Amino acid sequence: MDLMQILSIIIPTAIFAAAPLILTALGGVFSERSGVVNIGLEGLMMMGAFVGAVFTYFGETWGFGAASPWFSFVIAIILGALFSLLHAVASITFRADQVVSGVALNFLAAGLTIFLVKKIFEAGQTPYITHRIFRGDVPFLSEIPIIGPLLFTKAYITSYLAIALAFVVWFVIYKTSFGLRLRSVGEHPMAADTMGISVTKMRYVAVMLSGAFAGLGGAVYATSISGNFTHATIAGQGFMALAAMIFGKWHPIGALGAALFFGLAQSLSITGQQIPLLKEIPDVFLLISPYVLTILALAGFVGRADAPKAIGKPYEKGKR
Amino acid sequence: MKLQKVLFKLIVPIIAVMLGLLIGGIIMLSSGYDPVLAYTALFNGIFSDSYFIGETVRQMTPLILSGIAVAFAFRTGLFNIGVEGQLLVGWLASVYVGIAVEGLPAFIHVPLAILAGAVAGAIWGFVPGLLKARFRVHEVITTIMLNYVALHVTNSIIRAYLLAPGERTESIQPSASLASPFLQEITNFSRMHYGFIVALLAAALMWYILWKTTAGYELRAVGFNEHASNYAGINVSKNIILSMCISGGFAGVAGAMQGLGTYQYMTINAAFTGVGFDGIAVALLGGNGAIGIVLAALLFGGLKIGALNMQAVAKVPPELITIVIALIIFFVASSYLVHWLRNRINKRGKI
Repeated sequence: MDLMQILSIIIPTAIFAAAPLILTALGGVFSERSGVVNIGLEGLMMMGAFVGAVFTYFGETWGFGAASPWFSFVIAIILGALFSLLHAVASITFRADQVVSGVALNFLAAGLTIFLVKKIFEAGQTPYITHRIFRGDVPFLSEIPIIGPLLFTKAYITSYLAIALAFVVWFVIYKTSFGLRLRSVGEHPMAADTMGISVTKMRYVAVMLSGAFAGLGGAVYATSISGNFTHATIAGQGFMALAAMIFGKWHPIGALGAALFFGLAQSLSITGQQIPLLKEIPDVFLLISPYVLTILALAGFVGRADAPKAIGKPYEKGKR
Repeated sequence: MKLQKVLFKLIVPIIAVMLGLLIGGIIMLSSGYDPVLAYTALFNGIFSDSYFIGETVRQMTPLILSGIAVAFAFRTGLFNIGVEGQLLVGWLASVYVGIAVEGLPAFIHVPLAILAGAVAGAIWGFVPGLLKARFRVHEVITTIMLNYVALHVTNSIIRAYLLAPGERTESIQPSASLASPFLQEITNFSRMHYGFIVALLAAALMWYILWKTTAGYELRAVGFNEHASNYAGINVSKNIILSMCISGGFAGVAGAMQGLGTYQYMTINAAFTGVGFDGIAVALLGGNGAIGIVLAALLFGGLKIGALNMQAVAKVPPELITIVIALIIFFVASSYLVHWLRNRINKRGKI
């Protein structure tokens, strides 16, 4: 088996596995850049996956056909943003500990989604959807030698959407006045407040954006990877997205890179059995590698990662 | 004045629990279930039979310990979300000692196995403690990451070295078991075991360490104000590491309760047990105090056991209880709301 063959197994799987992580990590960037820790990404993603599976299924029964997953994406974005409002209200308005509120959000999503699945379908999981996100060759680009077969053949369109959104988010955060305001309330909320920026409003918007992105991430996971929703569909992907965001140093492009890298690690643990050299390595090392690497990155072995300055602190007007 | 303070401390958790149950009732009502029937079944599912009481005590045993683990770290200003992972390694270590060590009398074997769990949990807690103290890495992230490492590592160790039919380890020696035919008999053959004594002792130990020893004073001082503690000559790094080790140790004992008491073996876990995460809820509702934690564990343990009867009688999915617990956390965490309301009322000069 030559290198090209090996790469053509690993790389498409990596990009495929990374898409939900990229989207959710981008959501995390918005929230944390505004100074609100979002441990609740896991729960938001769970909500998104639930909505993705359920509304794709409904869309199919209502005759939407292949458009059903896209219909479910819209709903997942809206419901994700609304669901994240709970985190926003608790941690911004009522000054709850942001980590605690995020944990509560995860609990709530885990309970609520399965409760609703059991109520709607009278079973522990949703039915499998028929119209998954399709894979296709990108016209022209797939003809390019070497890169074409690796990156643009039999690819999921959602993966490109996720990668493109990373650049959009980068533009929004670093090149627009909205992004400047967002970063300023995360770094020095009092200064931002003095300049007439509403800290509360900016943080609400940021948390809701994180909910929208994580909801989309979850829906993409359900419609491209799992195909249905059970209690085990989202089991740690949200935390892995959180890790990707930190590993990417709270930067959209960094988060994109980290998510792709974690996707690679995941794809190695899935496809490793087909590759001669990797067969010898026990599964467990590949499974734990994203987590261990994140810890090493934070410890400064892979470059220093500094959080936004005001992260985790509720803003109280007039308090020094 | 002091009585008023105590009352105020109690009022937040009580309001939170009531609001949680109330909204749980509204959710049931709006999704076509009968909340009165369901809550009656829930109540009966906790108290109506000695079997349910025994199961509730069994359920609350690891919850007390995981709650203590979270609370202990919290008192030093650390948020240990890694209780779940520390619990898993503690579970494995205690079961390993329970299986591999032979020919010991129970009064040595049981403490030895529990100690093994505590040490394993403490080591798993030491890593984020060291990273926080030495490299200023936030413990929330490292402990989350280490949870997953623990899950995959314990599973692969069981697969490689301890596998028995049924995706689990062999059962432990009877001399390492906390199970008690006497307790099972008086509770209509529930899985109740002597672990609750260990849990209550641990709660007392937590109180003693934090409030009656110099080390505990230093740990709390670091939690209140790191810089002031440092200025006063307290070694902040040492205390952070110590706190995470003790916290991890309690979590490891929670795992030992599962291994030596409830199950008598360890399974390959496809997902987390949830006991460690529930510990966050228990600690929060219990106000990070020993007595509060025992009461909160009793409440959550009872709710989880009662949920089974609720499902049998009123057909309500037991996930409703997860929702209620989540709501309770939200409300306790949002206690600023209660402060705000109180200040509002005070300003008007009445009550």
